Parts: sequence; structure tokens; C-alpha cells
Amino acid sequence: MRCGDFKETYVKDEEIFQSLFVKFWLGVLFVFLIIFPFVANQYLLYIANMIGFAVIGAVGLNLLTGFTGQISLGHAAFIGIGGYTSAILVTRLGFSFWLSIPFAGLVAAAAGLVIGIPSLRVKGLYLCIATLAAQFIFEFIFVHWESLTNGITGINVPPPAIAGFEFNTEKRFYWITLVVVILAVIYARNLVRSRMGRAFMAIRDRDLSAEIIGINLFRYKLSAFAISSFYAGVVGALWISYLKVITPEHFPLLLSIEYLAMIIVGGLGSVLGAIFGGIFMTLVPEILSFLAGIVKSILPGREAIFEPLKNVIFGLLIILFLIFEPRGLAEIWNRVKSFFRLWPFSY
Amino acid sequence: MDILIQVIVTGIATGGVYGLIALGFVLIYKATSVLNLAMGEFMTLGAFVCFTVLSQLDAPFYLAFALTLVCAFILGAVVERLVLKPLIGEPIISVIMVTIGLGITLRGIMYMIWTPTFRSFPQIFPPEPLQLGFAVIPSGLWWGLILAVAATVIFILIFKFSRIGVAMRATANDQQAALSMGISVRGIFAMSWCFGAAASMIGGIVIGNINGISVYMGDVGLQVLAVIILGGLDSIAGAIIGGLIVGILQNLTGLYIDPLVGGGAKNVAPYFILVLILMIRPYGLFGKRIIERV
Repeated sequence: MRCGDFKETYVKDEEIFQSLFVKFWLGVLFVFLIIFPFVANQYLLYIANMIGFAVIGAVGLNLLTGFTGQISLGHAAFIGIGGYTSAILVTRLGFSFWLSIPFAGLVAAAAGLVIGIPSLRVKGLYLCIATLAAQFIFEFIFVHWESLTNGITGINVPPPAIAGFEFNTEKRFYWITLVVVILAVIYARNLVRSRMGRAFMAIRDRDLSAEIIGINLFRYKLSAFAISSFYAGVVGALWISYLKVITPEHFPLLLSIEYLAMIIVGGLGSVLGAIFGGIFMTLVPEILSFLAGIVKSILPGREAIFEPLKNVIFGLLIILFLIFEPRGLAEIWNRVKSFFRLWPFSY
Repeated sequence: MDILIQVIVTGIATGGVYGLIALGFVLIYKATSVLNLAMGEFMTLGAFVCFTVLSQLDAPFYLAFALTLVCAFILGAVVERLVLKPLIGEPIISVIMVTIGLGITLRGIMYMIWTPTFRSFPQIFPPEPLQLGFAVIPSGLWWGLILAVAATVIFILIFKFSRIGVAMRATANDQQAALSMGISVRGIFAMSWCFGAAASMIGGIVIGNINGISVYMGDVGLQVLAVIILGGLDSIAGAIIGGLIVGILQNLTGLYIDPLVGGGAKNVAPYFILVLILMIRPYGLFGKRIIERV
């Protein structure tokens, strides 16, 4: 139990590792993540990789939507831009995969800046519609700029390699995913307690007031778009080299909505929430597939219902979380934690 | 030259249908400030309900139409009560996302009931195309346009002259003043959802009749966003004129740009229009310019 956890300075209050207790459990988590690939089977490793990609993307989107309050329905388009940048650099220009990751991020960030420009004039609903339009326009470009993207046939991408060692299995790729996830989370966690992070939150709470207290809206709104798109671009580069192929069908509007769902279910404006959301929303379809397998063995022919049921549950999760727990899983986590900390008192 | 006129006439007919669906968006937005992104799924549901009544019960079209309207009213009221009412006063992202979630849920449910197979609509209108001399309009589009225009006119008349319509306009104008005049604002919210759902479901019947129906026809609903942004989110006249402009521009794109890029430009054209409008005139042609105070 944690007692007497008082802070005397603001620096202390803003610390990431607030107590020995937190450090201990993070250490345990880290050890678990290191041991995990040696004990898990192929399927679990596949899920772990998927969760990793989801977490990076969700943390990035949360910086834009959760912290800065700029809703974006075009996250999948940025992931696509990152993916295509990496694929084209690797296959056409002979870049190594490792060098293509930052470039994928930068190109996506540049696209994010362009899409972010309307955010200076329009906000809320209108911005949401503008990013929706961007999503469709980029999808169109992926399909129709055939000389660059190969259209619907897509591009085959070789697996990443270091000095002849190829990251071509689930287990080997897991290490790449793990390192990038850790870097992404640490950067985001530090960003939100910096001057820039506070500016983001001020813009979210009331952009006009933020401008009056001297926050440069132009600079910070565009930074939020660029950083979030950079994250998306990195996810794109990782994801396509994991899949070894890229086609326009990988980046539909539904993917953007999935990422928004992750941060809503996880908790808007919380890095931890984005992580929870990424894990949760990746696990739900897998659990449903598992259930479909059980139903198949008991009632053959009935399992077809699970395909649309995924959509129904996905939609219902969004609605129910928004109505009953708008602050998401992160808030539930906090409540559970404080229940144990304060027990037997209620607060 | 002939083909140009033909394309423009087709564009006007398509635009009329867009106008009707856009009216569905505007009716809801004006009273409740909610942009319903599930509109496409409402449309699809309308088409499916009408289709099922027509094909399973062998009912005449007017009966199927009436039943669809009843469904629309029930759906609108239920959605407003269960989903939107708890979110009054929440940030805009919650409201947008809840309508997206609603759309996905509805789509999944329709997928379960009707399966994703593509179906063509039973013959409900006389099949002869309309000969205008300088252009020909296919039967589905022509009768669809008549239906859409009739529905639009009726909605506008209700909005202008009926008691409910006046109450809806009052609520849109100033909620507090409306409340103090004894108008049940909550009732009006539900009512505008009913009307919005009805407008989109009629639109769904018309579009289903032209293109055939499947679970995925709701994507047109998002293209209509270009119409309402062009016209202004809260303007009924804007919805109609915007519908015509987008309909014509879309068909012209199909004629001139599609051959250049190898197809598909027709469906993405509304979004290009949308981005342009947002850059130049974000509140649309007729929309109310929002002035913010801190």
C-alpha cells in the first residue's frame, strides 16, 4: 500500500515514475515483455505485433485528438502514406528498411501539415469533415497513381534485415515492434508534460482563450498534426514490412474509425488510455473469432453470424463507452487502483 | 454538345436526390446541432425495409412507402432518446463518434438480417425513360427526382407552416426562448430526428431503385456531406441548391476527368469540392457565419 505520497514541488508532481511502487511494477512489465516471445506461440506473437502497431498509432492519434482536441478521420490515410513511402523507398530506391522508417514518418508528417492547414480556419465538425475528405482523396490517389503505387496490385516489400539477419518471423519482428512501441510511448509521455503538451491541452480546452494567453495556434495545431501523422507514418512503415505487401485496401475509412474508437474506449487525453485502447480493440475481434470457433464446433454452419457481429459489437462499444464511461478504460483503471489503495475507505 | 446537355440533365436529376438526403442532415443539424454521420445507414435501412415489404408481402408501393415512413419515425425517435440524449452538452467529438458508432452498428445488423448480397429493386415505376427531345432521363432517375422533389416540397411546407415546423424553427433559432414560449425542446429534438430519418429513408428508396441495394450503398451518404457543406450546414435552401451543383459537377467529372485517370474520379469529386469550399468559404453559400466570443 502506498501511504504518505505527498509532493512538495511541481517537478515532483510531473514526474513519470512517481514512486518506488510504480517503478517496481514497470520493471515487472518490462521483464514480462522481454520473456514473452520465448514462451508465447506464433498466434500470441501475431497478436502482440498487432497490438504494438495499434498502440503506436493510437498514442499518436491521442496526441492530436485527445490532447489537442482536433478530431481526425484521416489517420488511416497517414498510415497509408507512411506505408507507401517506406515501400517505394525500399523497393525503388534501394533504401534500407531502417532508414525508410524516419522518412515514412517525415513524409506522413508533411501530409499531416497540409491536412492540418484547414484546422486553422475550421474546427469541430468542419475539421472532421475535412479530414474525412482527405481520407477519401488519399485512398483515391493510392489506387490511381499507378506509376508510383502499382494501383490495386500493390507492392511486395522485403522483410527488414540487419547484416543478413532477416526479421521474417513473428518472433523476430516482435523485437522491432517492442522497441518502437517503447520509444513512441516514452516520447509521448514526455511531450505531454512539456511546454508543448500544455499548449496542446490549452488549445483543446478553448482555442480562443489559448490564443489570448499567448499560445501560437498556428504553430501548435500544426505541430500536433505533424507529430500525430509522424506516428501514423511509422506505424505504416512497420505494418507493411510486417505484412510484406502493401495495397490500397489496407487503409480504408474503417481503419481511421478503429483508431478513433481505440482512443475513445481507452481514454481521450491519456497516453495510458491509448495503450489500453490499442490492446482492447485488438483483442476484441480475436476473442470473437475464438468464440466463432467454439460455436462452429457445437453448431456447424452458425458461425457466419460472427462476421457482422464484430461490426455490431465494435459500434456498440463506441456508443456505450461514450455514454457510460466517456473517459474510458484509463478512468476505470484509476478507479480500481484507488479502490485498492484506499481500502477499506471509499475515498 | 448533345452529350454535355445529357450529362447536365442527369446531374440535375441526381442532384435532386442528393438535395433530399442533404435535407435529412440539415433538419437534424438545425434543431439539435448534431451532424448525423449514420445517415448513409439510415438510407440503406429505408431501402431494405421498402424492398422487403415489396418483395415478401407483395404489397403495393404506396403501402411499402408508408411503412418505411413509420419505420423512419420509430428509428429517429429511438435513436434520439437512447443514443443522442445522454450526450447533450458533451464535446463535439463524442457526438460525432457516437453517430459513427451508430452507423457501424446499424450496418452490422443489416448485414446479419439481409446478408451482403447485391439486389435489384422490384419494378415500382413505369420503365419508359423520359424523352425531353434534347436529352433522355432513365425511368428510375426521373421518377426518383419526382419523388425527391415532392418530398422536399412537403418537408419545406411542414417546416414553414405547420405548428411543429414553426416550433422546430423557433428551437433552431433560440432554445431558451423556445422553452419559455412553452415549446417542448426535447420533443422537438426527437421530432427533427424523425423528420431527418424520414428524408434519408425516402432518399434511400430512390437511390436503391436507381442503383440497386446492398449493405454498402450507405457510402453515398458521406458524399452528400459535400452538398451540405457547400450549401451551409443549417440552410434548407442551401441543401437543395448545393445538391444540384454537386450533382452536376459530379456528372461532369465523370464525363471529362474519369477517362484521364482511369475511372473512380466521379465518386471522389464531391470530396475535392468539399475541401475547396472549406478552404474558401467554410460556412457554405448560405450557412450562418459563426461568431465566437470568449
